[in-house]
Amino acid sequence: MKFLWLFLLMLPGASFAVIETYEFDSEQLSTRYHAFTHELRCPKCQNQNLSGSNSPIAADLRHELHRLLQEGQSDKEIIDFMVNRYGEFVLYRPRFNAETAVLWLAPAILLLLGVMVLIAIVVRQQRSNLDDEPALANSERKALDKILKQESVND
Amino acid sequence: MGRLKLFIPLLVFIVVVVFFYSTIDKISDGEYSPQALPSALINKPVPSFDLPSVEDANEKVTDQHLLGSIALINVWATWCPSCHVEHGFLNSLKQQGVVIFGINYKDEAIAANQWLSSKGDPYKINIFDKQGRLGLDMGVTGAPETYLIDHRGFVRMRYQGPLDADVWQQKFVPLIEQLKQEQLSVNQQEEAGQ
Repeated sequence: MKFLWLFLLMLPGASFAVIETYEFDSEQLSTRYHAFTHELRCPKCQNQNLSGSNSPIAADLRHELHRLLQEGQSDKEIIDFMVNRYGEFVLYRPRFNAETAVLWLAPAILLLLGVMVLIAIVVRQQRSNLDDEPALANSERKALDKILKQESVND
Repeated sequence: MGRLKLFIPLLVFIVVVVFFYSTIDKISDGEYSPQALPSALINKPVPSFDLPSVEDANEKVTDQHLLGSIALINVWATWCPSCHVEHGFLNSLKQQGVVIFGINYKDEAIAANQWLSSKGDPYKINIFDKQGRLGLDMGVTGAPETYLIDHRGFVRMRYQGPLDADVWQQKFVPLIEQLKQEQLSVNQQEEAGQ
């Protein structure tokens, strides 16, 4: 029983701070609304989406989002509406352009760099292994061969 | 060479430390703010609008009223604590001859008018944006915010936070000088063309 309580305490609290509810004409609009409130970032907050923020500007944008969806605007039109006002910052997945290129390309470039360094290290290691002196000197090898032969005879 | 390679992590560490410290320095000097959001309106015209003024609900103010001179657009509200702080400085800017338009953002007309009569009115025109629609079109995230527009009504800079003499000298004065030069050269070209 104690453990159950401990387990319950460890569960995160509900992460939805939003109080207002909006009515939609269709289930699909409501799904799109929830998708947008998760994908759009509150312009006033450093790292909260529209659904998680209580700031007045986030409430305003949720209101606008509801209005735009009810008016039948497409996803692209809604994203353009937001970006024209608040810049690429509002998109958690910013569109690829000159400004956001670094964001999108940096991980791939870093990964490539890492792989190249790894390959260089492995190749160098193998080369130095080949250059090394044989693990057994000639006399030792002969002695070993002798022992092995003896064993096979005994078999 | 092999030994020198051992110092590469140290060098990287030093570079990172210098970078972080200089950023902290810039933040404490007010040169850089991690919260500052670049405005999406830079080098674009002020969005069109048609709203009443704070003083008169029947008056029509549109974006056309903002054209013709280099000016500030100051977003303010009586509920905004920092707006109290910057109001005195706005009054002194007006005395220096700076044109300031106001956007009274999501506020009550009675409270706004009381504020203006008790604290002084630095605004040439005061737009009453009760719903915050114009604010939303301009990408306002809170108050106070101050936009610098050129004589064509194009937004050239946005500053978030209260204005004071330091901010004014560092951020606004150089750009205003540049805009004046631009306006002069445009005027000269027009004269030469006639």
